[in-house]
Amino acid sequence: MSDHKLDASAGGASFCACSLDSSRRTLLAATAGVGAVAAAGVAVPFVASFTPSERAKAAGAPVEVDLSKLQPGEKMTVEWQGKPVWVLRRTPEMLAVLKEGADKLVDPESQAAQQPAYVKGIERAINPEYFVCIGICTHLGCSPSDKLKAGAESGMGAEWKGGFLCPCHGSQFDLAGRVFKAMPAPTNLVIPPHTYLSETRLLIGEDSKGA
Amino acid sequence: MIDSKMLAEKGQQLLGWVDDRFPLTSTYKAHLSEYYAPKNFNFWYFFGSLALLVLVLQIVTGIFLVMHYKPDASLNSAGIPVAFASVEYIMRDVPGGWIIRYMHSTGASMFFVVVYLHMFRGLLYGSYRKPRELIWLFGIAIFLCLMAEAFFGYLLPWGQMSFWGAQVIVNLFAAIPVIGPDLSIFIRGDFVVSDATLNRFFAFHVIAIPLVLLGLVAAHLVALHEVGSNNPDGVEIKKHKDANGIPLDGIPFHPYYTVKDIFGVCVFLIVFATIIFFAPEGGGYFLEYNNFFPADPLKTPPHIAPVWYFTPFYSILRATTSDFMWALGALVAITGGLAILTSKCKPVKAVAAVVTLGALGAFVLIEAKVWGVVLMGGSVMVIGLLPWLDQSPVKSIRYKGGLYKSILAVWVVCFVILGYLGVQPPSPIGNLVSQICSWLYLAFFAFMPWYSRLDKTKAEPERVTSK
Repeated sequence: MSDHKLDASAGGASFCACSLDSSRRTLLAATAGVGAVAAAGVAVPFVASFTPSERAKAAGAPVEVDLSKLQPGEKMTVEWQGKPVWVLRRTPEMLAVLKEGADKLVDPESQAAQQPAYVKGIERAINPEYFVCIGICTHLGCSPSDKLKAGAESGMGAEWKGGFLCPCHGSQFDLAGRVFKAMPAPTNLVIPPHTYLSETRLLIGEDSKGA
Repeated sequence: MIDSKMLAEKGQQLLGWVDDRFPLTSTYKAHLSEYYAPKNFNFWYFFGSLALLVLVLQIVTGIFLVMHYKPDASLNSAGIPVAFASVEYIMRDVPGGWIIRYMHSTGASMFFVVVYLHMFRGLLYGSYRKPRELIWLFGIAIFLCLMAEAFFGYLLPWGQMSFWGAQVIVNLFAAIPVIGPDLSIFIRGDFVVSDATLNRFFAFHVIAIPLVLLGLVAAHLVALHEVGSNNPDGVEIKKHKDANGIPLDGIPFHPYYTVKDIFGVCVFLIVFATIIFFAPEGGGYFLEYNNFFPADPLKTPPHIAPVWYFTPFYSILRATTSDFMWALGALVAITGGLAILTSKCKPVKAVAAVVTLGALGAFVLIEAKVWGVVLMGGSVMVIGLLPWLDQSPVKSIRYKGGLYKSILAVWVVCFVILGYLGVQPPSPIGNLVSQICSWLYLAFFAFMPWYSRLDKTKAEPERVTSK
């Protein structure tokens, strides 16, 4: 072993004592290139296995919700695609406060595409009485807590008009899921595709047609 | 008598036989009996070997836990997730299971205790300085692996904190512009944290990361034994050798430091056993109370916080809101300005100007949420730059001046405050304090090239001292 090393170092600075053969060099480069392509090809199934499986993709069926038992001022949570979806039946007082203090909100008119096109206005709802949204904070995905009552009763100070508080990083949202300024969450809460089958039957996960 | 002589002879023959085929004796000498470490190691030098001990403990207890644990998020007949139920099964029905599991969960926290102390030792005595930059970088990589290992492992009990912790951290990646949302789905393997996520985190926790970790630990030690250990005086013992080429201030690692480290191990195990037997939950800091509830994807617990060892960096994430970006911009502008003003080399000035302006532009264009994620990762990785940021003529804190010492003290206080605030619920005052501390944390690194030069240092001794 040591003899071989001596030979090699005696031949010059190069590790290889053999003389250069450019055609062999080319072959070597081509072989390495083909090998790299093969390695990339082999990586494909491994990388692909990380993406959601067919079963995970299929598990997103629409969910039907019965609203008849929901009282004014009450909120219910249903599961759709593994996420919490809130349905809040807003009282007239709750709807009234949405009109105030637009200057404190990041996106009072909901310009950013955080809702389907048929959900419009400051109420962010098809039917202003029922507020439907995905209860996942747009910051890092915690589910905000209810702070529905106005004033100190929610533990949010006298200025509070009712809304939601994310327990993880303190983002605050109003009763239409609109985020307040200077909060970690950049955008309003997401509103899922939904449609009314009747006055009190709501289908979450399917778009409203012709609305 | 003859028998024992013969035995010794046979033993020598066997050792010779092995040595002809495998570098056993030479490896033993290079790393133990003839590895010369400085003779003035103090208390701070316990934590490297303790980290190795905890690594072994975690691997051994982990192997036994895997024999009973089931990474399965589906609900059993009682309506409890199988993974959660299997941890309860280990705790209640597997003989000895509770102590193995408490050793593993306490070991995770103890790992970070000893590693934080080990890193602080490096900071105190300038162990990251030339020629030990690679040891330091391997160490940072080990620290990152350890954080990944802890994070992946924390999902496995499938409790409320497991679930929502994973939800938050995976969503950090969704903040990356353009590819973020798809990347977070790619990491989860589903649109929400689910069974697919649990299974892949299990694979990472028990196979992938430990393999990388072991490789990095080997590299860390090989690099250390190549250049030799630093010491509390921060002077090179290899500068003064005797006729045989042995450092005058060096003593063989074995038996001197093996004996010392065994003493450290004994003290450590007393503390470790005390926690396991009397406070295995660590007052809610080692095992969070909310994690005794099975994961509920519809309900975030009212107060969620990461385990204590992540909280300083988590606080920095939380502190990065749109108003903090002004303070961050100022930090970058001052650092860039200093670099442009004080550098003597034109290309460096140009690069500093471009980088500063680029960063300031990016601060305006990209939302604060993304920068929170960048700063959280960056605040760990920036520690790796210390070998190049520290321009002090001396290595050890013993010979550094009052300026450096006070700045380091402020930095340590900020780190502790950030850690404390990270376990507290968000509040306006807490947020302001964590913003100030985050800024100072980063400024410690950003301004180091200048204040480490300004600092009035004392002369280093030629040889190590014994204090």
